[in-house]
Amino acid sequence: MAETSETADIQRKIRAAFHVFDHKADNTVDVREVSTIIYSLGCFPTKADIHRFVDEVEEDNMGYVHLDKFLPVMTKVLLENKFPPIPEENLLQAFEVLDKERRGYMEPQELAKYMKSEGETFSQEEMNEMLTALVDEKKNLICYKELISQLTLDLDT
Amino acid sequence: TRSSTHTQHSYFFSYSLAIRAALLIQRWYRQYVARLEMRRRCTWNIFQSIEYAGEQDQIKLYSFFGFLMDHFTPASSERNLISHIFRENEICRDTEWERYFCYKDIEVPDSYTGPHLTFPMTFCGVSKLVEAFKQKQQLHARYVLQILGETWRLLRILPNINHVSVCQTKEITICGDLHGQLEDLLLIFYKNGLPSSEKPYIFNGDFVDRGKSSLEILLILFGFLLVYPNDLHLNRGNHEDHIVNLRYGFTKEILGKYRVHGKKILKLLQKIFSWLPLATVINDKVLVVHGGISNSTDLNVLKRSQVLSNLQYVSVLRPPKVVHQTLNGNRNEGDNGPAEGRRRVRSLTNHSSALPQRNSLPRRSLQNSSISHQLSSSVEDELKRRRRLAGFDQTYKNANGSDSDSDPDFAEAPELKTFPQIVNLLWSDPMPQNGCISNEVRGGGCYWGPDVTEEVLGRHNLQLLIRSHECKQDGYEFCHNRRVLTIFSASNYYEVGSNRGAYIRMGADLVPHFIQYQASRTCRDLTLRQRYNIQKRSALRALREQLFVHKSDLIRAYREFDPHHTGTISMRHWASATETVLKLGLPWRVLRSQLVSRTHYGMVDYQQWIKELSITEPKLEVILETMYKNHSNLETIFRIIDTDHSGLISLEEFRQTWKLLSSHLKMEISDKAITDLAHSIDFNKDGSIDINEFMEAFRLVDLSAHDQILCGCSSPIPAQK
Repeated sequence: MAETSETADIQRKIRAAFHVFDHKADNTVDVREVSTIIYSLGCFPTKADIHRFVDEVEEDNMGYVHLDKFLPVMTKVLLENKFPPIPEENLLQAFEVLDKERRGYMEPQELAKYMKSEGETFSQEEMNEMLTALVDEKKNLICYKELISQLTLDLDT
Repeated sequence: TRSSTHTQHSYFFSYSLAIRAALLIQRWYRQYVARLEMRRRCTWNIFQSIEYAGEQDQIKLYSFFGFLMDHFTPASSERNLISHIFRENEICRDTEWERYFCYKDIEVPDSYTGPHLTFPMTFCGVSKLVEAFKQKQQLHARYVLQILGETWRLLRILPNINHVSVCQTKEITICGDLHGQLEDLLLIFYKNGLPSSEKPYIFNGDFVDRGKSSLEILLILFGFLLVYPNDLHLNRGNHEDHIVNLRYGFTKEILGKYRVHGKKILKLLQKIFSWLPLATVINDKVLVVHGGISNSTDLNVLKRSQVLSNLQYVSVLRPPKVVHQTLNGNRNEGDNGPAEGRRRVRSLTNHSSALPQRNSLPRRSLQNSSISHQLSSSVEDELKRRRRLAGFDQTYKNANGSDSDSDPDFAEAPELKTFPQIVNLLWSDPMPQNGCISNEVRGGGCYWGPDVTEEVLGRHNLQLLIRSHECKQDGYEFCHNRRVLTIFSASNYYEVGSNRGAYIRMGADLVPHFIQYQASRTCRDLTLRQRYNIQKRSALRALREQLFVHKSDLIRAYREFDPHHTGTISMRHWASATETVLKLGLPWRVLRSQLVSRTHYGMVDYQQWIKELSITEPKLEVILETMYKNHSNLETIFRIIDTDHSGLISLEEFRQTWKLLSSHLKMEISDKAITDLAHSIDFNKDGSIDINEFMEAFRLVDLSAHDQILCGCSSPIPAQK
């Protein structure tokens, strides 16, 4: 019984998030919005994860996704916690790997170099936006330690 | 060697570690951005739904007028009020209007530091005007009336539908809604250059309302129109309409800037708006119109419409009635009504056979640019030539010179065919599904689908429809298989950072190229998070106002889920009930934390919450809530009744207004209550009410609560005295 009500609760959350992007009120969303929906439900998928997800739910390459397909797949993701959040310590460690000298901060160009050339790279636009969000104006540095807790706080308010 | 292998291994190890670190950071950041985007989308939806709900009010206002005209049989004291509201029976000749609008007696004092204009207008003159407005100078009323007068004269001989050509050497620029945001127009001119015969422009309506510099935009556009009538094209938007202006700020702007001559300026603008062209066609292939189309759109009818050219609908919100109505609102079904109408038709028919049709006017092509140079120095000559071509002469105009829209009561239906078409052109929105249905959200025009696009474009042998009317986050958006393009040029329309503006450049290949921008410098420096916070604040404020005005309905709805009167309901029920009442289609569960605090058991204490939304004393609550619910309508009505635009109305007029509105809304409010209210608002007890102060009384401003929202507390709004 507990499972059922948990599932019901989860499905309500999924539907609510889905409907924010359902402009025509016909239970479909543009496929490009799927990643935003998944993220907003508290998940942390990689781009590869998202591609796999979309492949499963997209309506025959039509460019949209129907709630009927989205709901069960998303419910499973949430129930099984497939894309769990990143613990703060891991995030901190990640920054410290890139900040080899462990100064506690990085210069914008340093981080940009990594973000644009390694992993699931950022576009220039994404990079610009990230820099505006993360760079401390006065020092022109990315003080990642403070940022991590601050950004997490942002979203919880 | 071993050590080198080891180094290699550790190199690869640390390299792959770096990749994994980067991956993690990217994943984390993308999640952050997406969650902000989700929030931004919610606030966007709030703005949009409230905006459209507001436009619906406009149509409610219109139906209020219609209701009065159809059903009201006023007592003698009220008859004057109504007849004043509806009296457009000043059957003036254009000569009389010209005398009324004459600027010549208006002196410009020596103390005036604004720009001086000389006529005929030249490119230099308009550039100087642009410069002056950039310096925030105000143009003297004499010059305003002079420009407007020239514009009116010019517009009367322009066709209903502009035809332009683009060629290899001359691209055209197309701009969407500007809504009084001068910074955006200046930015466009800065990036793209001023209009000229080498640089033609189309401005696709909604130049005014909402922003603070509507008049300055108009004067600049009209200035360029006078200098380059072949290369500057204006399409009418749904806001080029004096009734809409009453509500959305343009009227207020004019009266505020020109206390002595404002009324005259408004009247002249009313005429100018009714003469604006409805659409522009580029190379016979691209249709540019403000709102859109419907399945009945027929450009040939509109083009040919002689009726249209003489009627010039003043406001699409007051359509012509077929049956003749007397001013006291009674229908004359028998009597002399229809007979009089038929007489009018006959006279028009007699004259029309002598006149060439509008579409026989020479099409002006951009390739005749040699003419435009001569034009710029002798607009008057050109105007005279065109008048002669159109066969206009003074006598004809006198006979049917009325600009009154209550005037043309024809038994024939030509205006009945064109009138709904005009509404559709200016008010419609595209929808993804096939079909054509009425636009309930806006209250005017229709929603049209991709099948209608194909049919109408096909029928007219067109390939693209460019329209505006809807705000788009990136300034432009395609739909209907890229056959419909929305272009919107007012950046930061809802709030700082809400959207970019854009304009189109198009050459002979008729492929649109987009240039996007965002006017406010401060906005560019804001982070995503800060922009979002500003938007959130405004949206929440607007939303709380909406919640407040629907208080009684909300309580009723909540009570249905609370049979035992505990005063609390579950969050789910709260969300569902709130949506049922407000019908804004918002994700209330997502918004809940911003609006309501929860109690311990996940329930919403709705009674407490509603109490805290209230700002009034119990006994006046019902009246004030209803008044606030209709406050934008009420303001419009007040401004109509305030005949001399003094900002004051008598207590008696206030009482009458309220009675009319309450009977229309089917509300029971006692005379005594209204009188008490009127007296309580008449602060200086001199028998008149200042409209502005009255409206201020209903503002729901709670600065301390806003600060709480800003720092992230989700506690409810504290009760305010």
